[in-house]
Amino acid sequence: MSILDLFYQFMNDFSFLILSAIGLAIIFGMMKIINLSHGEFIMLGAYMTTLFTKAGMPLILSIFISAIGVGVFGFIIDRLVISHLYGRTLDSVVVTWGISMVLQQGMLIIFGPSLQGVSTPLGSLSIGGSAYSIYRLLLFVISFVVLVLLYVIFMNTKFGLYSRATMQNQEIAQSMGVNTNRVYSLTFSLGAAFAGLTGGLYAPTMTISPSFGTSFLMPSFVTVIVGGANPLIGTSLSGGVLGIVSSILDALWGTFYGRLGLLIVAIIVIRILPLGISGLVEKVLVRKNRV
Amino acid sequence: MVRDMSITIEKGEIVSIIGRNGVGKSTFVKTLMGLLKTSKGKITFNQQDITRTKADERAKLGIGYVPQGHGVFPALTVEENLHMGKLINKQKPSLNPEQVYDYFPKLKERRKQKAGTLSGGEQAALSISRAIIGNPDLLVLDEPTEGIQPNIVYHISDMIKQINKDIGLTVLFVEQHMGLIQQMSERCYAMDKGSIVGEVKHQDVANYEILKRYLTV
Repeated sequence: MSILDLFYQFMNDFSFLILSAIGLAIIFGMMKIINLSHGEFIMLGAYMTTLFTKAGMPLILSIFISAIGVGVFGFIIDRLVISHLYGRTLDSVVVTWGISMVLQQGMLIIFGPSLQGVSTPLGSLSIGGSAYSIYRLLLFVISFVVLVLLYVIFMNTKFGLYSRATMQNQEIAQSMGVNTNRVYSLTFSLGAAFAGLTGGLYAPTMTISPSFGTSFLMPSFVTVIVGGANPLIGTSLSGGVLGIVSSILDALWGTFYGRLGLLIVAIIVIRILPLGISGLVEKVLVRKNRV
Repeated sequence: MVRDMSITIEKGEIVSIIGRNGVGKSTFVKTLMGLLKTSKGKITFNQQDITRTKADERAKLGIGYVPQGHGVFPALTVEENLHMGKLINKQKPSLNPEQVYDYFPKLKERRKQKAGTLSGGEQAALSISRAIIGNPDLLVLDEPTEGIQPNIVYHISDMIKQINKDIGLTVLFVEQHMGLIQQMSERCYAMDKGSIVGEVKHQDVANYEILKRYLTV
């Protein structure tokens, strides 16, 4: 195993963690809704991408349309169900779990136990005897693009400002004229759209089945727990830390221990930093500012 | 729970609602702002019935709000906090941030700083600035000077009176600080046990004894 292999493994793990967590992090961080159907939103994105691509659409376009499609689906779910649960974190767990089961079983009934996937595009790059998938390298780049995009959305747009204000104090944001229900709705749709994007991006690399989302669920939750409430700082830093841990364990003992390592890190972080990495960062920033 | 509240405020007036802790002043303000539901009665603003209007719509109609404890967004910068006030009053163009900084120059120095790092007085100034930047017709303040130093209290009340003159703002404020009530109000309503129990006319505001009756336990 060369250092290059290890770095490739890290890039793989990092992008997987970031992309799987991003939609969940937005919804949890901004709305305090724990979306257990997050994995199924990802699965929907994967199905849409696969079906569109097989219907003759270019892969990149089908991924893009899937993201929008799942975003719209998220909007409908929000209006029908989630909007009745704003501010009720624990209830949201039960309800979204229900949504997840409906979606999984629904897919099973409509499309059967598996769907023939599309092959991974772009081939591979071979350096010093090892082959590296170009598509996976691209995913690493995309995970950064997604983080930058998120930064721009939340820090440089009116929607971002209103949503950060709403997150801090819903009542006061509303009394400043912000339609906070609409902010929540859009935030949920945005989180769903990112989940759809992730599903679309990973569709060519995995088997397409109704349980597609389950392999994303654990890593996404661990990333959000370790990262804390701030979807920007939290997700990127925790993706980095967890990516290092899991890539080293993957390389040494295989994927099973990589996953186990994630859980152990999550438990340790909860013990030491109950608010996650972003909680710590914010505390340090506030202290520095006061001096 | 508040009941039997009947108050009227004319354009350009500065009116206060006074009363001890726990008589329902904040409940009244929240009801007025639309954050609590009105179960009975009617609220009219600029000849328009707003009893069933949601809080964000009321703000857009031109009611600016300074919540109890200032209510700034701690993790947003001073500038971003000010920006949040611009949705208030859709009918009139917002003020320029510079106009607002003129009243509270300290905020300009700190405009890139997170609001959570400001002192109590600065947060009060920011909260007021955030409400007036949208150029509201009515400014509602809920104990604006709670927990800040006396010398700053008077600076802030001077500024509110100045703004009232400059942009013809109507002001309704809830307070239990005697000095501030006397310095600012043109008229007062006194509250007790969730109802209005008296009105203090303009000529009586300066009368310490009358006010004291409503404020001491």
